[in-house]
Amino acid sequence: MKRTIFRNQLLPWLLLAPQLAITFIFFIWPAAQAVWQSFLREDAFGIKSTFVGMENYLRLIDSAEYMNSLKVTALFSVSVTIMSMGTALLLAIAVDRMIKSTRIYTTLLVWPYAVAPAVAGILWWFIFNPTIGIMPYILSGFGYDWNHISDKGDAMLLVVIASAWKQISYNFLFFVAGLQSIPPSLREAAAIDGAGPVKRFFTITFPLLSPTTFFLLVVNIVYAMFDTFAVIDSTTEGGPAQATNILVYKVYFDGFVGQNLGSSGAQSVILMGIVIILTVIQFRWVEKKVEY
Amino acid sequence: MKAMFTGTAMALALSVTAAHAQTEVQWWHAMGGELGAKLEEIVQGFNDSQSDYKVVPSYKGTYPETMTAAIAAFRADEQPAIVQVFEVGTGTMMAAEGAIVPVYQLMADQGASFDPAAFLPQVVGYYTDTDGNMLSMPFNSSTPILYYNKNVFEAAGLDPETPPKTWGEMEEFSKKIMESGAADCGFTTGWVSWIQTENFSAWHNQPIGTMENGFGGLDARLSLNGPVQVKHWGNLKKWADEGIFKYGGPVGGDNAPPMFYSQDCAMIMNSSASRAGVIANATDFEVGFGQLPYYDDVEGAPQNTIIGGATLWVLSGRPDEEYAGAAKFFEYMASADVQADWASFSGYLPITQAAADQMSGYFSENPGADTGLNEITLNEPTENSKGLRFGNYVQIRGIIDEEFEQLMAGSKDAQGALDSLVERGNAQIEEFQAQSQ
Repeated sequence: MKRTIFRNQLLPWLLLAPQLAITFIFFIWPAAQAVWQSFLREDAFGIKSTFVGMENYLRLIDSAEYMNSLKVTALFSVSVTIMSMGTALLLAIAVDRMIKSTRIYTTLLVWPYAVAPAVAGILWWFIFNPTIGIMPYILSGFGYDWNHISDKGDAMLLVVIASAWKQISYNFLFFVAGLQSIPPSLREAAAIDGAGPVKRFFTITFPLLSPTTFFLLVVNIVYAMFDTFAVIDSTTEGGPAQATNILVYKVYFDGFVGQNLGSSGAQSVILMGIVIILTVIQFRWVEKKVEY
Repeated sequence: MKAMFTGTAMALALSVTAAHAQTEVQWWHAMGGELGAKLEEIVQGFNDSQSDYKVVPSYKGTYPETMTAAIAAFRADEQPAIVQVFEVGTGTMMAAEGAIVPVYQLMADQGASFDPAAFLPQVVGYYTDTDGNMLSMPFNSSTPILYYNKNVFEAAGLDPETPPKTWGEMEEFSKKIMESGAADCGFTTGWVSWIQTENFSAWHNQPIGTMENGFGGLDARLSLNGPVQVKHWGNLKKWADEGIFKYGGPVGGDNAPPMFYSQDCAMIMNSSASRAGVIANATDFEVGFGQLPYYDDVEGAPQNTIIGGATLWVLSGRPDEEYAGAAKFFEYMASADVQADWASFSGYLPITQAAADQMSGYFSENPGADTGLNEITLNEPTENSKGLRFGNYVQIRGIIDEEFEQLMAGSKDAQGALDSLVERGNAQIEEFQAQSQ
């Protein structure tokens, strides 16, 4: 192999400079600010500021609300990911089996992705509103008294449905593309060998889809943990009794509404830590199971 | 005295030059929709009345959003001169010495005419320090009242002109209404925190916290878990189980008004400032107005209700001529004409005695419109009923909602929920105290 060596020391840095500047201004600088803030206790107006060391963190570990928020986030993220990826895969398989009108279905299925999270939230808020919504009315016909304002389980179900619904489109697109890139000859060969549709799916299609699935798994967990803020804000605001108060919403509420910047800073830092750990786990262990 | 003199002299000197260049005074507020339009009309009236100052109102979203925006702006040194802050933010604003200019001081510095005695004590008591100095300018103050559906009352065989007076009657009337099939539920409420907890306590002359409900200083702690409050929360749970009471959600209770408008629930307790909205939405029935119910076995009940709504705070760090403008604007705002006009339009309370007197004609033409005013002026406020002042109260309001939801879900009883409300609320107050010292 022939190697080319560039002698210029400055050029690579110059070429990297714009990206480095953006990373520094929008990622490293705010992250450093959050870390610094997490060691301070400050009044809302920023007039009195004291260095308190780890106190903000210790308070969080001690707080039942924060532990609850951790559990809620785990349950929520896993549910959203399973629901949105599972549904998307089913729809993608259905569309992939069709020869005609694939385009029409694809277009229709992708529409929800264009809806802003806040709008999606409001939409589901209306549909499931216990007083004016259509779903509680229909459910009451089946004898189920839907009320996400006072029932914690209903509230969780509502935010999971609303968040997953939006993400299904995105997952669907990737699954369809993934399915269509699998050579039909492989499945045909298996069919000739006598493998049924279920066996073909699990032994051929799904393993070949694993890069797509892995990618979507990362994207969906990140989505559920961070991008669902607007859905929570417009449907349940973290209630009832903190049943849907995910970490990212708690950071916002304690920091921006409650004006407790120290605690909010500490929560951001913990969140950052969780993301780093998740990323390491995913790329260290999960990715090894992926066949490219 | 000298400072005051130089302040006035400077204001005079500046007002001469300002004849050429108008001084803009920024006012951030949280009044959207119809109220926002009316507010702009009031500001226009001031701007047209003189040529030295121009007040520029900007809508900044909800109350918490407006307050947050102003605080963020202050930290970035770009704050407006005037900001509208809801009553819950009072403790935070008060403790922010150095960030605010108290109104009494502003008016004195600028030599503006200002008579604290002209204001209704029940309104300004909330915003006055223990030495009797007014810290912010009342603008939109409201108090909760009872709205009821006269048609449903009639269909249930009740007198449509007689709202229930006591909680006993609330229960009795509700049962009659439900048994007769006139409506599915007896009553609902907006603002569980403000109406069924804070106002409930004041109305029954029960303490909300120690040290005059927090007016006495940062050492004060909540004491909302007294026997009267426990009894009431317990009853609300019992009534919710029986279907007499329906919960309308946290904060303002978004789902409560639709239950009343759709005639699901026969009664609702909500802000006096919702009056126009209630009448506009009650298309198929006639609305009656009553005072909040009370327990007749509690001594001293009914005492008086406490206010909600917002006041105008002046932030420090602006050029002097803007403060001269702000003082002039407050003189205009406190005038009986402006106040009476605003109060009759919105359903908010008149903040001065003169404005209340001027509204007597309006009150006689609109029966029930004075219910709120009658409630806050029913008795001289006591230590328990002049309002409350705690730091981090925005979060404490959230905790009240959460604990109430635990009660509704059956995971805690009334005593347990209120005990944990006090414990968690006090942790917030302690945190605030630590931040402010």
